[in-house]
Amino acid sequence: MTQLTTARRRTMPAHRLSVPTILVMSALLLYCVLPFWWLIVSSTKSNGDLFSTFGLWFGRAFSLFDNLGQLFTHQNGIYLEWLGNTVLYAVVGGVGATILATLGGYGLASFTFPGSRKILGIVIVAMAVPATALAIPMFLLFSSLGIVNTRWIIVLLSLASPLGLYLMQVFAAQAVPRELLEAARLDGASETRIFVTIVSKLLAPGFVTVLLFNVVAIWNNYFLPLIMLSDPRLYPLTVGLNQWNSQASGSSGATEALYNLVVTGSLVGILPLVIVFVVLQRYWVAGLAAGSSR
Amino acid sequence: MVSKPSRSLFRRRAFGPEWTGLYLVIPFLLVFAIGIVAPLLYAMYLSLYRDQMVGGNIFVGLDNYVAALVDPLFYTGLGHVALYVVIQVPIMVVLALVAALALDSRRMRGKSLFRIALFLPFAVPSVVAALMWGFLYGNDFGLVGQIRDFTGIDIPNLLSSDWILASLGNITTWGFTGYNMLIFYAALKAIPEEIYEAADLDGAGEIKMALHIKLPQLGPAIVLAVVFAIISSFQLFNEPSVVSNLAPTVITTYFTPNMYAYNLSVFGQQYNYSAALAVLLGLITAIAALAVHQFGRWKWRDQ
Repeated sequence: MTQLTTARRRTMPAHRLSVPTILVMSALLLYCVLPFWWLIVSSTKSNGDLFSTFGLWFGRAFSLFDNLGQLFTHQNGIYLEWLGNTVLYAVVGGVGATILATLGGYGLASFTFPGSRKILGIVIVAMAVPATALAIPMFLLFSSLGIVNTRWIIVLLSLASPLGLYLMQVFAAQAVPRELLEAARLDGASETRIFVTIVSKLLAPGFVTVLLFNVVAIWNNYFLPLIMLSDPRLYPLTVGLNQWNSQASGSSGATEALYNLVVTGSLVGILPLVIVFVVLQRYWVAGLAAGSSR
Repeated sequence: MVSKPSRSLFRRRAFGPEWTGLYLVIPFLLVFAIGIVAPLLYAMYLSLYRDQMVGGNIFVGLDNYVAALVDPLFYTGLGHVALYVVIQVPIMVVLALVAALALDSRRMRGKSLFRIALFLPFAVPSVVAALMWGFLYGNDFGLVGQIRDFTGIDIPNLLSSDWILASLGNITTWGFTGYNMLIFYAALKAIPEEIYEAADLDGAGEIKMALHIKLPQLGPAIVLAVVFAIISSFQLFNEPSVVSNLAPTVITTYFTPNMYAYNLSVFGQQYNYSAALAVLLGLITAIAALAVHQFGRWKWRDQ
């Protein structure tokens, strides 16, 4: 115990706490957290209290459970369908995109074949192509083929992740030593066996990071489903919530009752990702380090 | 036993292409072709045609592009996103830099709390972020209105045309400062410890270290962050279209180039012209991103 503290003191000399630094960071923290606090407080309010009581404190009545009940039953429980769709798109699309990016990134990083540099170059350029600029031609192209307004077209179009491939290529180049692959080949192992028994374990941390990126990107996507889907039952949360929001603000009186649903629906909708972020935060730092080092 | 197989291996690497690598990339290339290359080519194709009442689809060459280049509505939107790039991006990057340097400072405590709290807004979809901030901005019903009524301070209407770009910029800054902070923080962690020890011996303080050692090392990471911020600024769509529910007269259908292309296509059925706008916007974005990237390369080529 004493040894530990002296050792620690030697490597980390005691530094005085910097008050200005703490103050600046606390201001930033307040700025980042305040909207979350507003959202939590607001989801406990009835529609009346939402507009007549102070935004950063609780209202007269505690209506969270009323709001949740309304949220899950409004329009025959369509919110649950939106939530289910979002989970489906994000999980199936995210896992699929990450698997393709992992195979491709490993293929580009650990094998030499004609055109491999060119493929990587094209993919990097593709990251600069505005995805939203592609969405309209995408809709026209796929509607002429008659495959828009389905769940699987969203999943299919979510599978292409140039950023994921780029990150996995960088990661695989660092994490998979060529000597190890060559040694395994000498032992007579097939490429499949090498991948399953050795490479997959080495790439696991990178896989988790890219999976996080892809899941968040799909979970939060708005433009692609907005354009591709016309049936509200296929909407993800982002499109559905904004539809409620525009109904609520579009007309006064009758539909104003939707505001508490938009607020509570937003809170429920961001909760899964917030939990994932907190639980898996170390993977973000590791993955971003790989991506920024180039 | 050692020499013979390694010689055959050498031959393999020097002469034989490792096609396994290509097979591994093929599945990705397939979805890449469907999801990115095909729509891009189709947009280029569409942009060269015009749909006419009489005569149907006719080839018009670059006419749509010429029309776009003299379209004042396109320039209005382009002006908005250009202002965004010039004002919002620097503010966000500087905030992220300050936060990353603070996180990396030895005179800071509670780092993990600050790290996760500042990063958390990245988990919120831009649509939900815009919904929340829209509620907060509201002059009559939102928090800003309440504070104005309570304190009597004459806070300007944040949803008016004078303030709307700043209000939208704040939503993006809120969402992405922590993300950029983490990128910079990760790059700072890669600086070897010996450099700090040397600076310690020279008696350099934390601020001196931040300015003279850490900041120069962050150059490439800053360039990368700016490139990505430029790309997303030019595509601006989600935030303004959500907030337009609250400020329909301020946020027009052509407020950003992307909104303009979307509205022309979805509500105006002007697919060909809209495709030309999309391609043009992509081109401008790529040029801007590439220019910043090349500038970064030139500036930090010695490192």
